[in-house]
Amino acid sequence: MPGFDFSNHNRNAALHAQGVPLPKATSTGTTIVGCIFDGGVVIAADTRATSGPIVADKNCEKLHYIAPQIWCAGAGTAADTEFTTAIISSNLELHALSTGRKPRVVTCMTMLKQHLFRYQGHIGAYLVVAGVDPTGAHLFTVHAHGSTDKLPYVTMGSGSLAAMSVFETQWKSKLSREDAIKLAADAIQAGIFNDLGSGSNVDVCVITEEKTTLMRNYITPNVREQKQRNYRFKRGTTAVLNEKVITREEISKYVTVQELDDQSVVGTAEKMDVDA
Amino acid sequence: MASVFSGAPPQGGPGYSFSQTRIATSSGIREHSFYPYTDNGGSTLGVSGADFTILAGDTRSTSGYNINTRYAPKLFKIGGEGPDGTGARIVLSVVGFAADGDALKERLDTIVKMYKYQHGKPMSVAACAQRLSHILYNKRFFPYYVHAILGGLDEEGRGALYSYDPVGSYEREQCRAAGAAASLIMPFLDNQVNFKNQYIPGSGVGHALEQRVPEPLPRKDVEELVKDAFTSAVERHIEVGDGLQMMIITKEGIQETFSELKKD
Repeated sequence: MPGFDFSNHNRNAALHAQGVPLPKATSTGTTIVGCIFDGGVVIAADTRATSGPIVADKNCEKLHYIAPQIWCAGAGTAADTEFTTAIISSNLELHALSTGRKPRVVTCMTMLKQHLFRYQGHIGAYLVVAGVDPTGAHLFTVHAHGSTDKLPYVTMGSGSLAAMSVFETQWKSKLSREDAIKLAADAIQAGIFNDLGSGSNVDVCVITEEKTTLMRNYITPNVREQKQRNYRFKRGTTAVLNEKVITREEISKYVTVQELDDQSVVGTAEKMDVDA
Repeated sequence: MASVFSGAPPQGGPGYSFSQTRIATSSGIREHSFYPYTDNGGSTLGVSGADFTILAGDTRSTSGYNINTRYAPKLFKIGGEGPDGTGARIVLSVVGFAADGDALKERLDTIVKMYKYQHGKPMSVAACAQRLSHILYNKRFFPYYVHAILGGLDEEGRGALYSYDPVGSYEREQCRAAGAAASLIMPFLDNQVNFKNQYIPGSGVGHALEQRVPEPLPRKDVEELVKDAFTSAVERHIEVGDGLQMMIITKEGIQETFSELKKD
């Protein structure tokens, strides 16, 4: 069956009634911005993901691919921004294949808002949608409840006020590509330094008629300094209370063991990025 | 559109001291509420050595997702003269609700000064520690919302460190972390200062393995541990950052240092 699985709903409601707290989703505290310029559009995001007051990821990616010329910056519940953009990206690709035309940004925005409105705000995705299509460069915001805006410059997330203060003091019409990138990056940095929900690095994505340029970690103003001491432990420092060695021959009785050489890891389906 | 931004911080996260929404019932009866405390975030930590005590704290003050200021000291000299606290031998660090921290510091400072004027000798750290406990317990049912750490040198010249809960329960310790990142820093201190969970390699098998015995650390090592504890806390806790204030109490007096921390 397609769609969400609600089979645990009654159990969870009963558990909650007995005082078991609801699980907390990772919220990307976030500053995200977008800005139209002469000949294209730029979006930018910070890279901090938080869970309450704890930094869950110091360098996460908040710029999501929708189509080659349409990208999305996401704030709100991390999983919701991830899955919402993924499903719209998939449906938009099918739509483009069926119509034989390049997908349009309005189409993407409409699909997003209809998807989000259906879930009445329970899907906590707050998005900045940007792209270039045959009708020109476009920039939208989509809120979790389904409302949208079309503006020349936009900000979202907990750092939206800090970022908007930069746009409101420095924005002008007919920006050049370089000036728009600088303005968007400055707005993100205002969020990084003045909003506790945002931090670490600046990611930028520039979309023009010709091409899309994703600049991951465009600015890294928060590199960690060298530690004062070395915390390498001497081998044998940790207590071992008991030890059991399972030989290859032994485990072969239960599972098939295949030998892999260290270089070529064939077994894994898709490699995941590992943080530093 | 206006309904989307309520201006309120996210639920379950850090909050304001006043209730976020006005509660109106259909009968027209309105319940008013006022919560007098705010959590101003930040962290402090103290370590005592053979002949010194180090207290440290970050200088960021927060409310919700906002930064009030990047420089609000959490370390105070107690019983010194003039605005610089000249001649002081005791340091108090407070973290939690900053206004209560200031009030508590002011009270203790006055008491320690009065003691000197009345008795003609400076107050010992042990006496000051017990007095602080009494000050806190005196407000048992409207507490100072702080986690205090008091540092100095004892009668024998050894490093002395006392830590308190908000209502005055206190204990002399080797080291203590308090505040927002206490749960991040304290396990690190347990392992690096008291050598918890560290065993001497090859000293035995199973339960016969010998625990590494803690010994008072030299001042340089402690300073490095304190710096690393804070730079690490800054990486993973959003309320810690901006600056690191350190006070080192020795028989020569109190040496104060300040260094920058990340500002994101």
